[in-house]
Amino acid sequence: MKRLRKCNRRQFLKGLSTFATLSVAPRLSFAKAKTIRFGVTPAFLHDRHSVLEKWRLYLTQHIGQEVEFIRRDSYRETMDMIRLNQLDFAWICDYPYLRLQNIVKLLTVPLYRGRPAYRSYLVVKKTDNVTEGYLDLKGKVFAYADPYSNTGYLSPRYEIKKLGYQPRDFFKKTFFTRSHRKVIEAVAIGLADAGAVDSYIWDSLESVEPELTGKTRIVWQSEDHGFPPIVAHRKNVNETAFFKMQKVLLDMPSTLEGQEILTLLGLDGFSVQELSLYDSVAEMMRSFGEGTAR
Amino acid sequence: MIHRIFDLSLQQKIPLWGAILILFSTLSVSGVLMYRAYVDLKDALITSSVGLGQTLSNTLAPPLLRDDTWRAFEIIRAPFLNEARNTVIRPDTILVVSPENKVVVSSRPEAFPLLDELDQFKSDFAPFSTPDVVFSIREPRIFETNEPGFIYVALPIEDGDLFMGVLILRHPKQVLLESFQKTATGGALFGFIVLAILLPINWYWGQRMAVPLITLARHMKNMGSAPPETLESGLYSYNDEMGQMFEAYNAMVETLKEKAILEKEMVASERLAAMGRLTAGIAHEVNNPLAGMLTALDTIKRRGGLDERTQKTMGLLERGLVQIRETVGALLVEARPSKRWIEAGDFEDIHTLVQHTLKTKQVDFQLETDIPGQLPYPAGAIRQVSLNLIQNAIEAASHASNGWVHACACKTSDGFSIKVTNNGNPIPVDRFEHLFEPFVSYQNGGHGLGLWVTYQLVSQLNGHIDVRNEQDTVEFCVLLPYPKDKLNS
Repeated sequence: MKRLRKCNRRQFLKGLSTFATLSVAPRLSFAKAKTIRFGVTPAFLHDRHSVLEKWRLYLTQHIGQEVEFIRRDSYRETMDMIRLNQLDFAWICDYPYLRLQNIVKLLTVPLYRGRPAYRSYLVVKKTDNVTEGYLDLKGKVFAYADPYSNTGYLSPRYEIKKLGYQPRDFFKKTFFTRSHRKVIEAVAIGLADAGAVDSYIWDSLESVEPELTGKTRIVWQSEDHGFPPIVAHRKNVNETAFFKMQKVLLDMPSTLEGQEILTLLGLDGFSVQELSLYDSVAEMMRSFGEGTAR
Repeated sequence: MIHRIFDLSLQQKIPLWGAILILFSTLSVSGVLMYRAYVDLKDALITSSVGLGQTLSNTLAPPLLRDDTWRAFEIIRAPFLNEARNTVIRPDTILVVSPENKVVVSSRPEAFPLLDELDQFKSDFAPFSTPDVVFSIREPRIFETNEPGFIYVALPIEDGDLFMGVLILRHPKQVLLESFQKTATGGALFGFIVLAILLPINWYWGQRMAVPLITLARHMKNMGSAPPETLESGLYSYNDEMGQMFEAYNAMVETLKEKAILEKEMVASERLAAMGRLTAGIAHEVNNPLAGMLTALDTIKRRGGLDERTQKTMGLLERGLVQIRETVGALLVEARPSKRWIEAGDFEDIHTLVQHTLKTKQVDFQLETDIPGQLPYPAGAIRQVSLNLIQNAIEAASHASNGWVHACACKTSDGFSIKVTNNGNPIPVDRFEHLFEPFVSYQNGGHGLGLWVTYQLVSQLNGHIDVRNEQDTVEFCVLLPYPKDKLNS
């Protein structure tokens, strides 16, 4: 772990020097070019700042334009910024994507374990040997991730509804932690009896922070849903910029540096997908009477 | 029992009382300080807890208003994140309670789960078992329980005039006590060090006080049975009240000794005076019939016609009677009023008289006189007294190698003094008492009447005779006051 961190630092310094050369020569020619504003949400471990910085430098270097990550702690804030034309690109959850379809365009979908898919995990405390599914959680305290999260809100509610209950009355108390990581924490500490989390985040945390995930147990998994996509703002991003970004992302696995960043992010690469990838999400939304913007 | 303690010797009592006082004061001072330390610690805890609580309650209002349980939890969990922080001041549990007495959020959600009624945790939150109490908390309040021991700091969480609940910070007294115990242990250790220094000093001081007093007490106790003794010097060398007391004791012993000597002298002189009167009386009584008998014998002898045998018997009787008269006469000392007064020439005569003896005994003699003209003392008596003393001195000095005698007859401011000193053997102390009695002689060939006669003569002249052993010398000193009837002339 320590060696990995050292290696990261070396990589980081390497990236920095690359960036320095870039900022002297090519950046001058793009001097007037505006900074690319890239929104990130708790759809992944957005609080791992060193990884994000590496990725930012990588993107800046390969696009030849300054990239800035705009971090927000709730999906809602990032969504608002997209609505207000304040972002060029964003990595958002699939559920908000469907709601913002008319503003954003699907750019790439990350490949997680080789596929552009992930699931919702129902987690309980490790010491809870009784709970086997949502039915056992009636009248308990439940932690949701974010009201605009698929795996952390939409999917569990859909499951409860499928079981024949109104999600609103099913639990004694529910609360949002605004991040998947904190859902795991809330369950591990015992503040909530159970919680719904992103499989990608739980799995990533298991390798980064096994002592935290070790305090929880996955009792149920949802079916596969389309992975949170990277989207481009329809208005702010022209075609050239769209494809440039798409290409840089798609090419990441083919560069050593890109490969390393992908490993740190727990991803295999990026892919171009159709909207139909999110049909399961759209189905769940429809069940709650929510339309997907077209 | 208590009386027995008071009866103890000062040697034990002074250190004992000192030790009791030292222990009492050390214990009481440290007790008060420790109590103060505990109260201060508790006050610091409450002050800090109220400060923390106020910050938390202000921060908690917005998330509670939004029903953001997770944010509220993050806020109350914050004080526990830093392990290194002072655990004494840190509460063990922080709880937010709704006005309905339900747990809104707690720092230990497993022990106190969300929405549980607070009265379920009676032993943990005893003071808040009824909603009335929670509802009444509109300013920071402190609650305390003893079994189990907890201190609770309760603060309202309000947004404007909306009362959203109560924030409770619970502190176990055990942590407070443990922290206090550390302080107390340090204090006790210091106390022991102080005692370890003070108690030996107290013991030493007690001994210093007690030993001289005990010695004094022993001396005073023995005073009845034995002659008093002065305290050895250096027993207590300071001039405080105790030192003054020892000095006064020594002065008293000296006075007593002098008094005892004086008493002895008085008894001796009383006895000598009584003897003088007795012998004088006897002598007078004997002298009258004796004179009659001698006259009768003389008459018979003058008549004649006695046969030879009777004459022989008469002669025997007469000689016997004459011897009796002489002996009685010697006892009957009388300083007859002299026809003339003493003058320097009388001592020159004495010098001449003893020349022969001096030569025989090979004793050096010096005579010193200071008699201007005549002095109103009977020359006969003074001559006899001086001669007796000088002859005795020559006899005593003759036994010493290079024997010498020194005599001094001088007029003094209030009378006349005769001092005779010799370097003969000192007179044994046990002889002093009977030295001036008749028929007491310590010299070969003496009849024991010389000093008796001297004493009687001096007494009749209202004088005083004194004898003392000086270093290697013996001195006889006669002091004669100026005769009263001559004072005016």
